Amino acid sequence: MSNPLQIVVCAGIVPDPLQTLEPTTGATGPGIKNELVLPAVLDPWAACALYEAAALAAKNPGSKLWLVALGPKAKLQQVMMTVAQKVAFELVPVDGPIGGFPDAHATAAALASAIESIAGLDRAKLLLFGGWESASRGAGVTLQLIGERLGIADQFFGVDQIAQIGSGEDGSFEVLERVEGGKHQVSACLGAPAVLGWATGNLPEPRNNPQIGMANMRTIMPALQKAPTAKLDANSLQYISVSLPKQQRETRVEKNMTPEEIAAELAAWIGKDS
Amino acid sequence: MESILVLTHADESGSAITRHSLEAVTAGKELAARLGVSLTIGIVAADGNRIASAVKHAGPRLLAVKGEAFAQARFASDAAACEALCRAAQATIVVAPQSSRFARVMAAVAHRVGGVIDTHIAALAGAECVEATRWFYRQRIEAVVTRTARPWFLLLDSGTHAPYSGEAGNAQVDEIAIAVELPALRTEVTGFRAPKQDEQTIRPDAKLLFVAGAGWTKKQPDGEVHVEEAGKLILGFLRASGASLGSSKSLVDQGGEGQSVLPFLTHLNQVGQTGSTPRHPKGLSTCCHGEEPHVVGWRFIAERRAISLDPNCGWTRGKADVVYIADAFQVMAKVNALLQAKS
Ligand SMILES: Cc1cc2nc3c(=O)[nH]c(=O)nc-3n(C[C@H](O)[C@H](O)[C@H](O)COP(=O)(O)OP(=O)(O)OC[C@H]3O[C@@H](n4cnc5c(N)ncnc54)[C@H](O)[C@@H]3O)c2cc1C
Repeated sequence: MSNPLQIVVCAGIVPDPLQTLEPTTGATGPGIKNELVLPAVLDPWAACALYEAAALAAKNPGSKLWLVALGPKAKLQQVMMTVAQKVAFELVPVDGPIGGFPDAHATAAALASAIESIAGLDRAKLLLFGGWESASRGAGVTLQLIGERLGIADQFFGVDQIAQIGSGEDGSFEVLERVEGGKHQVSACLGAPAVLGWATGNLPEPRNNPQIGMANMRTIMPALQKAPTAKLDANSLQYISVSLPKQQRETRVEKNMTPEEIAAELAAWIGKDS
Repeated sequence: MESILVLTHADESGSAITRHSLEAVTAGKELAARLGVSLTIGIVAADGNRIASAVKHAGPRLLAVKGEAFAQARFASDAAACEALCRAAQATIVVAPQSSRFARVMAAVAHRVGGVIDTHIAALAGAECVEATRWFYRQRIEAVVTRTARPWFLLLDSGTHAPYSGEAGNAQVDEIAIAVELPALRTEVTGFRAPKQDEQTIRPDAKLLFVAGAGWTKKQPDGEVHVEEAGKLILGFLRASGASLGSSKSLVDQGGEGQSVLPFLTHLNQVGQTGSTPRHPKGLSTCCHGEEPHVVGWRFIAERRAISLDPNCGWTRGKADVVYIADAFQVMAKVNALLQAKS
């Protein structure tokens, strides 16, 4: 797309997926044990959205890219040390609780007002990006609710690709969204404003670039210092129970069967109606 | 007192209500029976009344929108349709399938009618108050939630209820056509695209999920890689068994830039933390280590077996029912021969 874009990426932070998670209940409701000290990463699908946004901005000189993130300030700062080295952006942080248990409607309200407060953002040209589902709440509703609050009438989810239509001068684009049965639905949209909730997309994680990191950190640190605090309303959401599934199975480990024996056992198992 | 609306939609052809919608109808009926309240069915389709027969006797009131705009699964028109159906029904609880079509719009609809939403619901229970079960942290933590705010929208995951199969009888049904005020439409659905492959490898209705891991493309005990043979064995198995193909992240990522080393694999096949969480009665993992970010995608696979060369892989640690420590190349060649001989 060869016209300057205004892209806002909403991305939360989540525990590194290799960590073991244990639920606890605190004064404000359920949470993850030691969540504040567990190593955290930028939410994976939202990270894909960030890389796609940066690639799109690079193709369209004059574009601007903001990263809007809600989380505890100190934790945001930690995660930004790595994320800032990947692509150039301006951080719009909101200080707030971590985790998947706060209500999505409240999170969306806080993020929408953070976006409304971005100086110089032309909302008519806004492409609102994010992950289609987070790795914490995994509800797939936050971005949609923000879009609705901002009055954006074109929304796409499970996006794996965006491409300009024709020369791209008029801003129109084609979007591929994941639908059932391993297919993509193809849509043509007249252009911004639009919401795109990304799945994996097509880009690998960019290499760390210390120069981009240094340039980003110059604006990230002051932004974190000034971050407004969001109080999230529960909107009547109540947790009756929060528990770990019983996931331990009695595993039979077969070390001495021949390929023929295994194949016979598997063929019988596959053919058997369970 | 509660009142329940179940929202349903047509399939891509527009000629039938989706199976997933019919599952939501079952859930709505069960909930209505438990709470002793009435049920309304809403249909989003180009011609809802024409395909209403499948759900006609599920509730005494049937609302449908009509118009070519609703033939497409598009945010602006679908949100307007669902909003109009919700306003007409005035229900306190709205149950709908977590399909790509409704997942795209339902949070916005809830917001428009002043409601709240919870998604990926795996079970509904409770008689005094409605209790909804859903997973957090990518299927690692299970929670039961409730809300007092209304209207409360609940999107149900597929495979959690049997599809509603209609009831005999000629109960009086109020069929009401709902008018929808459409906003200016700036998006056009132009079609569908399947990943470049000769045949469909993702089969949600298959009895078996077959997962291929990165081991298929790694150096084997003979010091060589055998990617071509791996591809043939995997596709041969899919043809013979009718299984759905899943993959580990490491395998789909290998080609870089969206192109896998095995050309029939894409990110759509990826199972796990940043992939899908499919539902199948059985799953067979091959050449995959069974690390937690992968295995969270197996939450809804009931019987699990794995073939790995590594006796210390994740599967052996309580994540599978049976693990065969063996060479998947040898085993799968023999399995294929057995299945082909049978057919
Ligand atoms: C943010 C994040 C998100 C992630 N999301 C996902 C996700 O969604 N899905 C996912 O899968 N992973 C995900 N991962 C990656 C995950 O942690 C593992 O790295 C990945 O699953 C490993 O893939 P693998 O088991 O196929 O490969 P490997 O770890 O390389 O294992 C290959 C296995 O194959 C075996 N093998 C080799 N040859 C043979 C043979 N001939 N016969 C039998 N066995 C053989 C080996 O012994 C080994 O056990 C994620 C990681 C992160 C950090």
